[in-house]
Amino acid sequence: MTVYLLRRTAFLVVSLFLAAVVLFLLLRLLPGDPANALLSVGASPEQVAAARHQIGTDRPLPVQFVSWLGEMSRLDLGTSFVSTLPVGPEIAARLVVTVPLTLLAFLLAVVIAVPVGFVAAYRAGTWYGSVLSALSQLGIAVPVFWVGMLLITVFSLHLGVLPAGGFPQDDWANPGDALTSLTLPVVTIALVMSASLIRYVRSATLDVLGSDYLRTARALGSSFIGAMWRHGLRNAVVPVVSILGIELATTFLGAVVVESVFALPGLGGMLVKGFAQHDYPVIQGILVVSTFAVLLIGFAADLVQRLIDPRLRRSLGGNLSGDGA
Amino acid sequence: MNSKTTSLIGAALVLALALTGCGSGSSGSAGSSASTGGAGATAAYDPDATIEIGSLYEPQNLDNTAGGGQGVTEAFNGNVYESLFRLTDDGKVESLLAKDHTVSKDGLTYTFTLRSGVKFHSGKPLTSADVKYSIEKVTGPDSQSARKSSLSVIKSIDTPDDSTVTVKLSSKSISLVYNLSYVWIVNSQAKSLTTTEDGTGPYTLGTWKRGSSLTLERFPGYWGTPATNKQVVFHYFTDATALNNALLTKAVDVVTSEQSPDALANFENNGDYKVNNGQSTTKLLLAFNDRKAPFDKVLVRKAITSSIDNKKLLSSIWGKYGTLIGSMVPPTDPWYEDLTTVNPYDPNLAKKELAEAGYGSGFSFTLDTPNYDPHPTVATFVKSELAKVGITVNINVITADEWYTKVYKNRDFAATLQEHVNDRDVVWYGNPDFYWGYDNPQVTKWVEQAEQSDTADGQTELLKKVNQQIAADAASDWLYLYPQIVVASSSLSGYPVNGLNSQFYAYGIKKSGGRG
Repeated sequence: MTVYLLRRTAFLVVSLFLAAVVLFLLLRLLPGDPANALLSVGASPEQVAAARHQIGTDRPLPVQFVSWLGEMSRLDLGTSFVSTLPVGPEIAARLVVTVPLTLLAFLLAVVIAVPVGFVAAYRAGTWYGSVLSALSQLGIAVPVFWVGMLLITVFSLHLGVLPAGGFPQDDWANPGDALTSLTLPVVTIALVMSASLIRYVRSATLDVLGSDYLRTARALGSSFIGAMWRHGLRNAVVPVVSILGIELATTFLGAVVVESVFALPGLGGMLVKGFAQHDYPVIQGILVVSTFAVLLIGFAADLVQRLIDPRLRRSLGGNLSGDGA
Repeated sequence: MNSKTTSLIGAALVLALALTGCGSGSSGSAGSSASTGGAGATAAYDPDATIEIGSLYEPQNLDNTAGGGQGVTEAFNGNVYESLFRLTDDGKVESLLAKDHTVSKDGLTYTFTLRSGVKFHSGKPLTSADVKYSIEKVTGPDSQSARKSSLSVIKSIDTPDDSTVTVKLSSKSISLVYNLSYVWIVNSQAKSLTTTEDGTGPYTLGTWKRGSSLTLERFPGYWGTPATNKQVVFHYFTDATALNNALLTKAVDVVTSEQSPDALANFENNGDYKVNNGQSTTKLLLAFNDRKAPFDKVLVRKAITSSIDNKKLLSSIWGKYGTLIGSMVPPTDPWYEDLTTVNPYDPNLAKKELAEAGYGSGFSFTLDTPNYDPHPTVATFVKSELAKVGITVNINVITADEWYTKVYKNRDFAATLQEHVNDRDVVWYGNPDFYWGYDNPQVTKWVEQAEQSDTADGQTELLKKVNQQIAADAASDWLYLYPQIVVASSSLSGYPVNGLNSQFYAYGIKKSGGRG
């Protein structure tokens, strides 16, 4: 396991570096000059040149890259071209909204998806099994902003029980207020996310239900619940965990639509604005932070899978010692 | 002259570009119709109320010479920072920090006397050195201010004593006082103005939570009439629907500029709200490349103008809101007159004009269309209207960046759609180097002379002539003037309705009891 951890950590670091290189190059391949975003339309060529010099885009690419890496290694994400304010603190301020939003939505989605998916599989033949399955199918097809608008219409505009958007100015100073403003956004994301999770839980459960080992366990005298708990759950959870990792990572930045619908000051909105303004430091900063988050989530998902499934541990140990699978 | 005009161009277009991300233009205007909304509701009000304002325009930073943008103008102009002069909501220029001023006979030296007893929020008294510093901050090499080049006529600034400022010009400029209404007077000792402030206005900055809100607090040491509310919170939205929901759920009291015509139905005929139809200065132009055939022919341009039913276009986009103007000058500019009859909607006249110009069998051209609202919709309408007179339009959708490079910089276009947001921007037609290439030496001369006028009347007279001439020449087709719609809770009164040049004076807003 230690060897695996070392290997996996090394892989994490290399991935991060490669991602940084790709991000940097891709951004500079985009059409459009950030100097244009800074100046009024009547700007003279001299003003444009001065603006390029000021933000450093007149230097050769390798020089820009090295100086950027240097800043990164000091955990300095640079200064926005447009606002002239440091990027790091703003990202941090936005994470205060985006991280709880993502995690809460994720938890709620799991809480919804696991029992529903299980029932949909266990009772696949019954009418409500089919209804649950059909509903989850529908949930996948529905756009997330529409769910958000629907919830706002019902709970904010008609019933008036929850705010239609916004986030407290003092962030989490009053956790009740913060949670209240996150309720509808969290439910919105969770509903849509759980729809696809239900499909995965359902099919993983179906596989387990039809498996030989479960039948054998039952034949050896285990109760259904006992067999499911001891053998079924572990097997069903393995594929679901890897999907969970991907879903969580997607939601992290994918929350942008929901942030906009609910007027939340999250990371996604900042990224979209950064793109519109060709604000490289802002885009780079957010993408580096989120890439790091995504890689960490993948790392965690891998570890969890390994803890759950001894076969994975063995196969990797096998790989390392060279005796194959 | 050229540099001066170009500067104005820059001033207006930068707003147009800045708005591309948010949909369409609000902003620039000078109110013709009177003053403030919610008139009459002068009953009892809560002097310690908090006014919640919803806006789509968050500041980039807090310095209007460092790219703070439209948002910081909206939040800070007149509220946190004051200028020597104030542009009122109905478009008049009045003294603010300048008690009075005199102009030398040759029109080249302006002497301003400062109001006494004015203090910055930091406690430092206002002196002439601060005024000099503030003007130079706008004209300086690092300035990104849209007003930078309009003030480039300033040759030198002297401060003979603490309360006197003398400004010397390199050429006469009747617009100087008006332009100075955009120059914030900042404490010359203040630091980090992109995140903090030190102005003389009725409010100080509370907190700015980026991406979300900005709070202003009433300044107890204000020299003038204190604000009629204790606190103002600007809430920022990126989505017009979210903004409307906030108003419907009473999370905000007023929306500075309604950009979603469809949503207005929720607020009209609803006693809880008041929809104020103010005057904007944002004009939607079908701009021809006047240098290139066939648009170098006046008759062709007139024919196109007469082929498009602007009234139908405006009502399909804004319903009953908005105004037809028939030229570049909005009703809030002093030199406005109604010129909608110069090139009336008349397809038969258009066909006759086309035949006379030698295009009886029609022609086709490409219309460069910015990809954000309302341009694509307008392009489709133009295409169908022109098809009726035998002209084929190829719609070419481009991004704001492409528009800047292709149309504005390289003039590589036949015709384009664009919104021009600033007030007093008819003077661009005096610059033959401008992107649309309108070159009438007589107009250029009038624009120059207007700026050199001794009196406002003289300036007005000349710019009226300019306006009439460009309409007669159909220099562009001015499709319509955007409405400026402020929607507010009916418990509010005293808010600005014209939002001229994006500013939103909050110090006169009164909130009646009830909801706090």
